[in-house]
Formats: sequence, structure tokens, C-alpha cells
Amino acid sequence: MATRQTQSLARLMRAPAIILLLIWMIVPLGMTLYYSFLNYNLLNPAGTSWAGWFNYVYFYTDPAFMESIKNTLILVLGVLAITVIGGIAIAMLIDKPIYGQGIVRILTISPFFVMPPVAALIWKNMIMHPSYGVFADLARFLGVSPIDWFAQYPLLSIIIIVSWQWLPFATLILLTSLQSLDGEQVEAAEMDGAGAVSRFIYLVLPHMARAMTVVILIQTIFLLGVYAEILVTTNGGPGNSSTNLTYLIYRAARLNFDVGGAAAGGIIAVILANFVAIFLMRAVGKNLD
Amino acid sequence: MARAVSTRIKIGYTVAAWTVALIIFFPILYTVITSLKTEQAAISGFDLWPSFSLESYRDVQSQYNYFKPFMNSVILSLGSTALALAVAIPAAWAMAFSPTKHTKDILMWMLSTKMMPAVAVLVPIYLIFLRTGLMDTRIGLTVMLMLINLPIVVWMLYTYFREIPGEILEAARMDGATLKDEIIHVLTPMAIPGIASTVLLNIILAWNEAFWTIQLTTTNAAPLSAFIASFSSPQGLFWAKLSAASTLAIAPILIMGWFSQKQLVRGLTFGAVK
Amino acid sequence: MGSITLKQVRKAFGDIEVIPGVDLEINEGEFVVFVGPSGCGKSTLLRLIAGLEDVSSGQIIIDGQDVTSAAPAKRKLAMVFQSYALYPHMSVGKNIAFPLKMAKMPEEERQKRVNHAAGILNLTDYLDRKPGQLSGGQRQRVAIGRAIVREPAAFLFDEPLSNLDAALRVNMRVEISELHKKLATTMVYVTHDQVEAMTMADKIVVLRAGRVEQIGSPLELYHSPANRFVGGFIGSPNMNFLEGPAAEAFGAHAIGVRPEHFLMSKTEGQLPGTVGVAEHLGSDTFLHIDLDDGTHIIARAAGEFPISHGDRIWLTPEEGRVYRFDKEGLAIT
Repeated sequence: MATRQTQSLARLMRAPAIILLLIWMIVPLGMTLYYSFLNYNLLNPAGTSWAGWFNYVYFYTDPAFMESIKNTLILVLGVLAITVIGGIAIAMLIDKPIYGQGIVRILTISPFFVMPPVAALIWKNMIMHPSYGVFADLARFLGVSPIDWFAQYPLLSIIIIVSWQWLPFATLILLTSLQSLDGEQVEAAEMDGAGAVSRFIYLVLPHMARAMTVVILIQTIFLLGVYAEILVTTNGGPGNSSTNLTYLIYRAARLNFDVGGAAAGGIIAVILANFVAIFLMRAVGKNLD
Repeated sequence: MARAVSTRIKIGYTVAAWTVALIIFFPILYTVITSLKTEQAAISGFDLWPSFSLESYRDVQSQYNYFKPFMNSVILSLGSTALALAVAIPAAWAMAFSPTKHTKDILMWMLSTKMMPAVAVLVPIYLIFLRTGLMDTRIGLTVMLMLINLPIVVWMLYTYFREIPGEILEAARMDGATLKDEIIHVLTPMAIPGIASTVLLNIILAWNEAFWTIQLTTTNAAPLSAFIASFSSPQGLFWAKLSAASTLAIAPILIMGWFSQKQLVRGLTFGAVK
Repeated sequence: MGSITLKQVRKAFGDIEVIPGVDLEINEGEFVVFVGPSGCGKSTLLRLIAGLEDVSSGQIIIDGQDVTSAAPAKRKLAMVFQSYALYPHMSVGKNIAFPLKMAKMPEEERQKRVNHAAGILNLTDYLDRKPGQLSGGQRQRVAIGRAIVREPAAFLFDEPLSNLDAALRVNMRVEISELHKKLATTMVYVTHDQVEAMTMADKIVVLRAGRVEQIGSPLELYHSPANRFVGGFIGSPNMNFLEGPAAEAFGAHAIGVRPEHFLMSKTEGQLPGTVGVAEHLGSDTFLHIDLDDGTHIIARAAGEFPISHGDRIWLTPEEGRVYRFDKEGLAIT
């Protein structure tokens, strides 16, 4: 495609981005790996010593770890279920002939642009607050006693907030995919006698399969890292009932100053994320050519 | 797909769609309404009617110096975007117009760095920031935000550049254009729409980033995401003031987001869905 | 000004050799056409001359200067691309002026040259439009305009007409030929269409798999093809090939007869057959004939020829119009 001159120039122009990302990836990750084998507490840096696998064993046997893994999974799967199913439904609804489609679209995708701390605070104070929230007003209106969401259902509350943030993403991407469905194909299916349900199962769903895969994979990457929502609402509690892996590691590092333990947790998080990443890379890679 | 449907069916769909859309949008709407109430009215039960009081907006500024984190957000998101572009435009140009056997692998690898969980490198980054004096500085956080969004920027630019036919650049070369001329007179003007949407998406992502901003700032460099997170307990800020602060924090990005829906899909899915 | 010499020019992409080694002499003012089936390396050869690709070995000399490793801009060549490659964000006038701007020509002189070129190409009324607002033929002319303002040593055309519809293609063909007469500048033109090659070229270079099969004037190629490939490629419809007893009668492994070189009779002749499809165009009649030995033949009769599907016919090749080829496909002279 090009001459040697342009090729050597191209190498020069690629270099800064590659070098930056290489450093960004290797240096901190290498340090994390190193720290994970140390007894290293910021409160007592002089007592730093080689720990071997101790941090991993400690992290693994900590009951909070198992609970955080369980919470992470529930959070990710719960949000995925709500956003994907809800996203398909809403995307199909918006795709129908409606008045003011553009505005409906804008309203629907808006929560995605709300920064996580704001989203969490809005829900915490305006919607779910046991005395002043809209849910409480609604409950009183219906004559039942208001729920104290973050005390009684902490994890569910966080799932609701995070789902609200990510539902627009799923909707927008599934809608984009839906709009690229060939109208003639649908009409051909109608001519072939396929009813609305069969058209959905045999045409619409397979057409959206790729977009759904992308939604699930990308959301998973972000959902594994949910942090600010927990920080401003439950602080991981009560107990550890709404602590996910990210939050657990944050607590070890920043509140307990346990560098070694947090690093070991970080390595575990990397391994977890890699499972998802491999699938995502394949899905995206196929589309490169 | 557009087929004539009876008005009755269309009205039915319209009512359903608007209901869903308003429910989803309600928390934002209610926040805006509450921000226009007095503190007293804000906690006196459900009421969609604002009292059109700008009192809370004034208080947010006078009591909490709101302008400072707001400016930090502006500086960090614009700065990190500019930095990312400076590094990513040449790289994307090279990969789009002078691809090698490894271009695809390099792109995939760049993407993979985006998948590294932030919390996994929290400890080393935190320590590095502490020891180099970058903690709570705008420059440190700008570089941080640039690094975490660089892969997306390179990817988006790459997919946009690839849509520019190589023959046009060759024509410029035949016409005697140097590389500088080629980039200034031909490539950049043609790539402006793509660059613009990349910038928009990157500003949105940087503005809303809420892990590193919270970890690496205290007061000086704290942008809105960290500022607002510090009011996790209502004692710090009352309902109406919280709403006013929130409204101001999300309004610019919300408006930007509305204008960049299409590009957003492409950027957030790394070109996998267009 | 405008002679181009290729000496043992070779190009390989990795392990794949696209052009094994070409020697070619293009004289000043000549209209040279590279023709061949797709993938024959004709565009690559043009891009090597342009400097858009590096040669793997060999030499390229333009006007006595070795430009083998010179950048495209330094070769004083202008190129018209298949996709026209106009700059979509610039007006027609700016497009045409771009190479002059790059050459840092003064504004006044630029304007003069652009106006002159626009006059030649009938683009004067369109100078302020953007390429997107033009028709295919007009875009093509803008691309040519951008090439001629530079007064290059030679023009390179890379399948410039392939994106135009059939009628427009004929017009542009004539326009480019006229331009060549007017400017008398060397032109190197790549096409897969042998009609373009025959109608425009002073000299045709027939390529196959990166190798030069034959170089010659259009009529030289028509009258004395060097081998079966050239015989089959030049001329429309294609030359018919007969093997077996019919060829042995001429002392050859195979013989080639052009469709227009058959005498046709409904009663007698050398090669009996049955008419399949008869295409009556008025000016010509093309007959698809299955000979009794199984060979499929296309024959052309001038004017109207009353015959229809299933009729018997006898063909006789015209005296002296039979091309003989040996086992390797080379012409026997």
C-alpha cells in the first residue's frame, strides 16, 4: 500500500501511543504483582517482608472475599438481565411508529450521561430515601409502610441504580442494531406466513445477537468495576452485604492500608476480567476487516 | 420498514413509549425540579411543581465554592482529550493508511488495556501519585484520564480514518503535497466529523469518570464527580442544594450526549455496532 | 520531455512476486496503454512508475533521470485515479489549483492556469461547486484538470473510465484522445478494456501475470498476435480457437479465427455447424454456432443475415486470416 518512506514514518507516528500504553499496562500491573507477594502495610512500612502466597491465601479464606465474589456475580448478572431484556423491549417500542420519536429517544438514553456519584445520590436521596424519597411518598399514598431500601435490600438497591444507568446503553445499541434490520427481509417473512412471534424469534433476535453479545460483554467489563455507586450509598454494608470485589479491594488498600492484600485482590480481579475480555476481543476482532 | 399504520395503533404505541421514557427520565426531571425549590419545599412531600427559587444554586456557589470543581472538570476533560488526540491522531493515521501485518494485533492489544480493572492497579498508582507529588494535582489526573481513554480514542479515530479512501491521500502525494500538507490540507478537513465525535465521546467519558477522580484527589484538583461523591451523607448538603449541584454537574454532558448518540454507539462498542 | 524507461523492474509483496521483471521504453508524446485481465499487475506497474509503491529491484528513468527512489511528487508526473480521488471538502477550482498551491505558485498564475484548464474541460461554470455536486463525467474532468494544470512530464491514468456508464465512457474516451492530440504529452493509461486500448493507444502493452506478453501498435496486435493469449484478448468478440483436425489441416496445434473472418453459407463450406443464438443488431449479426465437432464459435456477418435458431450453417475461414499456434500457444509465423 505504501512506500518504505511512508512506512518508516508510520512507525514513528505509532510509537508514542504504543509506548505510552505499554508503560501504562506493564509498570503498574508489574508492581501490583510484586506487592501481592509482600507483607506491606502503609501504617507500618518498616515491617515489609516477603509473604509468598500468604496474601492470596488470606484473601481467599476471608469470608468477606467469598461474599464479595457472590455480590459481584449477583450485581453483574442482575443488571445484565434487567438491561438486556428491558433494552430489547424498549428498543422495539421506540422503533415502532410513534409521535415524537426523537424526544423519546433522548429521554430514554439520558441516564447514561449522568455521572455515577450523581446517579447514586439522586436515587439515594430523592427516590429511595425512607422518609423523603418518591418511593416512600408512593408507599404512604398506597397506605403501606415505606421500605428502607439501603438497609433492607442494599444489593438490590444498587442493582436498581446501576440498571437505570446502563439501561440506556443497552437500549441505544440494540435500537441501532434493530434499525439496521432489512425491512424487505421482514416483509418476505410476512409473505411466507410468519406471525409476529415467529418473526421476533427467527428474524429479530438472530439479527440482534451480535449487538446483544457486545452489550453483555462491554457492560460486564464496566459492571465488574462498579464503585462510586456503592461508595455514596451503602459503603458496602450493612456488613459486607453490598460489597463487591472492587469495593473490597478499595477498602483493603485505602481504609486498611493493606497494600499486599489489596494487590493480591487486584490480581484476582484481573484474572476475572480477563475471562470476559477474551470473549469480547473475539467478538470485536471479527469485525475488524 | 415505515409502513402506514392506523392512527389508533400509532397513538397506542406513542402513549406506551412516552410512559416508559418519562419513567426512565423521571429521576433527572425530579432533580431539576427539586433544584428549583426552597430547601423547605424540597422535603415536604412529593410535588412536581417547582417554586422557581434559584436560592439553592446561589448557596451551592457561596457555601461550597462550586465553581472550583466545575472548572476542574472542564480542565481535566478538555485537557485529557487534547492530550489523547495529540498521541492518537498520528497513531490512527499510521494504522489506517500504512497498515502492517501487526496492525490488527496492536489494535486488539490496545483494546485489552482498556479491560484491565482499575482497582487492580489502584495500589501502585496511588503510591506512585503519593511519592511523586502528583496526588491531587490536575496534571496527574489529566494524564491518568488520558491513559484510560487513549485506547478508545485510537480505535474511534482508526475506524473513521479507514473510511477515507487511500487514493485521495495518494492523489495529494502525486500533487506534490508533503506529509504536513497531506495532514493539514487533506486528511484533517476530511476527518473533522470523525474527530469531532471522538472528542465529544472522550469529554463525556472523562467528565463522568468517578474512580480515579475520587482516589487521586482531595480538594485542589477534585472535579465534580469527586466533589459530589463527598456529599454521600445528606448532612453535608440538603436536598435542594444537592439537586442544584447535580443539575449543574450533569447538564453540560447531557446536552453533549444528546448530540452524539450515533457516534456514541460506535465509540462505546469499538466499532462493533454501527 | 516525457520519456519513461523501465529496466528490469521487479515488484514483490512479501513472498509473492507480482511483477517478475519488466523492460519497457515509453517515448516522448506517446499514448501507451497497459491492458490485461484483472490481477495482471498493470495497476501495480503504473503505481511503480508513479512512485506510490517501491520497486523491489530494477530502475525507473524519466527524462534521462533515475527516479527509482524519488518521492512521487518529485517525478513530475500527474495521475488520474479510478475513483477520481477528488478532495471532497474543496471546490472544483480549489481541487484543480491544489497541485499549484503545493508547488507554491503565485496566486495570479494559479488562477490563470485553473481558468485555462477549466476552459479546455468545460468546467468554467462549475469552479465553485463541490465535487459531491457533480456528475461522474464532470468529476472525471476535474480529476483530469487537476492533472493538466501542472504541465507534467507525463500523465498516468488508472482505469479512469471504469466508474462511468457505457455511453459516457465512449465520450470520455474521445475527450481523452483529443486531449492527448492537443497537449502532445506522454500518457500512460491502464485499462482492462481492450476496446479502450485499441481505440486510444499508440502503443499497447499486453500484460498477464505481471509479464509483458506483447508490445505493439493496436493493429500490430490485431494482425499478428504473438500468442494465443494476445490473440484471444485483443478483438471483440473474442477470437475463436479450433483444435484437432481443423487445426491440423493448417499444420498447427490450434488455429485462431476472428468472428469477422468467416465466410458463411447455408449450403457448403469447411466447418459445418448449427446456429444456436442469432443476435441481430442491424449493423451486424452475431451468430453463436455449435460446430459438429463440438466447438463453440462466434461469427459475425456484416449487416443483416437472415438465419435463425437451429438452422444449419457452413463456415469457411477467410484466406490469410487464420492464425496458427503451436502446442505452447506461441504463434507460428
